Amino acid sequence: MRIFYFSQPLNFMRLKWPAMVLSTLLILGSFVSFFTKGINWGLDFTGGTVIEVGFAQPADLPAVRQTLTAAGYGDAVVQLFGTSRDVLIRIPLRTDIDQSTLGDSIVSVLNSQQAEPVTVRRIEFVGPSVGQELKEDGGLAMLVALIGILLYVTMRFEWRLSVGAVMALFHDVTLTMGLFSVLQLEFDLTVLAAILALIGYSINDTIVVFDRIRESFRKLRDTSVDDTINDAITSTLNRTVVTSLTTVLVLVVLFYMGGALIHGFATALLFGIAIGTYSSVYVASSIAEILGISREDMLPPPPVEKEGENTDALL
Amino acid sequence: MLNQNPVWRYFLVLGMLLLALVYALPNLYPEDPALNISATRGGSVDDATRARLEQSFIDANIAAKSVVLENGQVLARFNSTEDQLQAREVANQLLGINFITALNLAPATPDWLSAIGASPMKLGLDLRGGVHFLMAVDMKAALDKNVNDMVQTFRADLREDKIRYRSVQPDLANSRVIVSLRTAEDVAAAEAALKARDRELVFSQGSDDLTLLVGISEIRLKEIREYALEQNITIIRNRVNEIGVAEPLVQRQGADRIVVQLPGVQDTAQAKEILGATASLEFRLVDEEGDLAAALEGRVPPNAELYYTRDGRPLLLEKRIMLTGEHITGANSAFDEYSRPQVSIKLDAKGGNMLSAATRDAIGRRMASVFIEYKPGTEIGADGNPILIKQQEVINDATIQARLGRDFRITGINSPGEAQNLATLLRAGALIAPIQIIEERTIGPSLGKENIELGVTAIQWGMVAVLVFMVIYYKAFGVVANLALVANLVLIVGVMSMIPGATLTLPGMAGIVLTVGMAVDANVLIFERIREELAEGRSVQQAIHQGYDRAFATIADSNITTLLVALILFGIGTGPVKGFAVTLAIGILTSIFTAVVGTRLVVNLIWGGRRVQSLPI
Repeated sequence: MRIFYFSQPLNFMRLKWPAMVLSTLLILGSFVSFFTKGINWGLDFTGGTVIEVGFAQPADLPAVRQTLTAAGYGDAVVQLFGTSRDVLIRIPLRTDIDQSTLGDSIVSVLNSQQAEPVTVRRIEFVGPSVGQELKEDGGLAMLVALIGILLYVTMRFEWRLSVGAVMALFHDVTLTMGLFSVLQLEFDLTVLAAILALIGYSINDTIVVFDRIRESFRKLRDTSVDDTINDAITSTLNRTVVTSLTTVLVLVVLFYMGGALIHGFATALLFGIAIGTYSSVYVASSIAEILGISREDMLPPPPVEKEGENTDALL
Repeated sequence: MLNQNPVWRYFLVLGMLLLALVYALPNLYPEDPALNISATRGGSVDDATRARLEQSFIDANIAAKSVVLENGQVLARFNSTEDQLQAREVANQLLGINFITALNLAPATPDWLSAIGASPMKLGLDLRGGVHFLMAVDMKAALDKNVNDMVQTFRADLREDKIRYRSVQPDLANSRVIVSLRTAEDVAAAEAALKARDRELVFSQGSDDLTLLVGISEIRLKEIREYALEQNITIIRNRVNEIGVAEPLVQRQGADRIVVQLPGVQDTAQAKEILGATASLEFRLVDEEGDLAAALEGRVPPNAELYYTRDGRPLLLEKRIMLTGEHITGANSAFDEYSRPQVSIKLDAKGGNMLSAATRDAIGRRMASVFIEYKPGTEIGADGNPILIKQQEVINDATIQARLGRDFRITGINSPGEAQNLATLLRAGALIAPIQIIEERTIGPSLGKENIELGVTAIQWGMVAVLVFMVIYYKAFGVVANLALVANLVLIVGVMSMIPGATLTLPGMAGIVLTVGMAVDANVLIFERIREELAEGRSVQQAIHQGYDRAFATIADSNITTLLVALILFGIGTGPVKGFAVTLAIGILTSIFTAVVGTRLVVNLIWGGRRVQSLPI
């Protein structure tokens, strides 16, 4: 079986300008959303307390809210989590109470109103300094990852491709975070992990295409740059789609079966992989092309070229 | 002939797979609900204890799977959690507060597997339930105390050297002492006098010629911080042992943080109470005139109290407290000139004066160190938590040889181990930098169990989806890739079980699912390459050979970058994210191995080195 079969390379580069415009617009849109709606940072980053409790019967949310307000926790956000029996209570950071014992007090308040005691499924408390640090560390991790990749790709390939690859990653990360901002989905530690995994996945995709571009440049002597890139993208298209498909398959499974805690993770990766597949074809290659990549850049330096030819003959 | 492999290579790969399989096996055996019973200070667990426990379980009609003595602890396994909880009650009633009973899940690894060091993967708190605390040590408090001590010491030192000073004031904001003097000669004399006593002091000139600013060197500053942190860690370790947790983790993180993980603990309120409880220390004189025998019968003299030493020896101590632990600034075990173990103790200036005054007329008498701590008893209070019991014990009593001052030693200790223990307890009872909980994560046992089930189901169905897809898409080669995928999973689980530090978390399980999806990538690259080579009209053997060779560079390049990301994640991530990074990194390495080495062998075995007209790809 085969998804695509092409006798001629597809003309991907024909759409490079429309694609650039689309991507730029999407990135701008994401930034507009960052500044207007902001990101719905989860507890890990804002600090505060989250309590997940299980009720024996389907929970009566208004009653729970009332109980909490009466006990002085009017700022608590109460919502169902996963099932109708699981309730998630969030309480922002407050300076007037001892945060480290807040979780236990809330549970006893709930139990005092309840015939059957609730079961504590989880209590998480994150202090303000810790949340800030996690945010900084997360940003630092992304930055270090991007720089590391920039250096590695420059070393193994060429600076234009390297810039293309990093721009594509920047594109993927921005759009994924943009989605979380537009939909106001909660951005917690697992989503951060997903975005870092996405960086890994997307660069993987991009490198496969780049590898082919380099090869095509060396193989096709009298072809234009556009056509060479088209040839490379076309011949890797099957692989790109198949790998994306298998990964999407497991992510869909994870989304539906992995439980509420993994939802954000699966959402970020599902969206990110779709975007990442598009960006390794259009953003990374287009930018390298626009920056003026040429056959000469891709050929091994003269003394090495001989060696290269020898290897070719052997193969 | 192309595409043939020496036989040893098959054995090597099969051997590696077998090894991973054997080490992955313990994960298939369910865990037993169990009790760990160990003794606290002074007590010991022996075979008699074990026999008593076993008998009491039989008497209470609790079926224990096994009750064995292991490493000075009794490990009792049960069939169900109900039995386990019931057994804990029975054990607590039988043994009292000198023993700790900890709930535990004991891996039911068969003997032949444990014999080769195989054990199941360590599960993170999000999978097994428990509490995670991150605590910050208040370093400012430690530094402030040090500055205040310096002020007192300087005043005493200057008086002793008859240097007249206008004032000696703490400057807490800058962690230094401001000494104001009357004349320039005094300034020089003061600096010389203080420097002679402590070389780690740093002097600088203040706002005018007659003011001296005294700070401490970076080295000393670092020492104070380290000391405060170490002290807190020691205390928390001791306390955690009291709570009765199997496999607790107490670890420093960074310059001023402590991570505490207590698997299986549900009652966080109680855990916090115990971790936060203050231990204290008192020095008292032994009342040698009092009638000990009468006191044991309940007639304690009015000015004395009855105490016990750690080995159960009764002692009558005077009610008057000579000194409390907050004045201790350091306690270390060492050896005296005859290389006998001893503990040397340092006090702050005030403590030195107090002890000096208290021991002036007490030379030749005995002084006892009393350690006071709170621990949960077997009784349950109104709030549902065990009532904390004040526990006091004499950790040392020694004859006062001379008038004691700021530095003194306790000698006549039997062993270096005992000296070390005593020093630890003395430090634990001293006033230390307070700690604060800055992060807490509690996962209930039901959620942990659910998370495991969710993770396992996701991995199963993710696998099935990919396996079916690969067979449809690549036919026979798809089956080969699927073999690699299964081998990959076995390798990941095997490697995770072998690495002692690797912990499986929920994001880690997500990482495994993701790896399952991405692991086929290497094979997809290879198979697509083979198809291309075939389309270009190469022979079957050439196509296989080139497909693998050409795809390899791409696989290496693309996976090295992903590995780079995993390493960065591991480096900066905490807890669950780290777990994700570990599985991702292991998954990348095993998938390269199975795709490049593993499937090559299978493909060569089936199609390599013979005349084949077409490939089922």
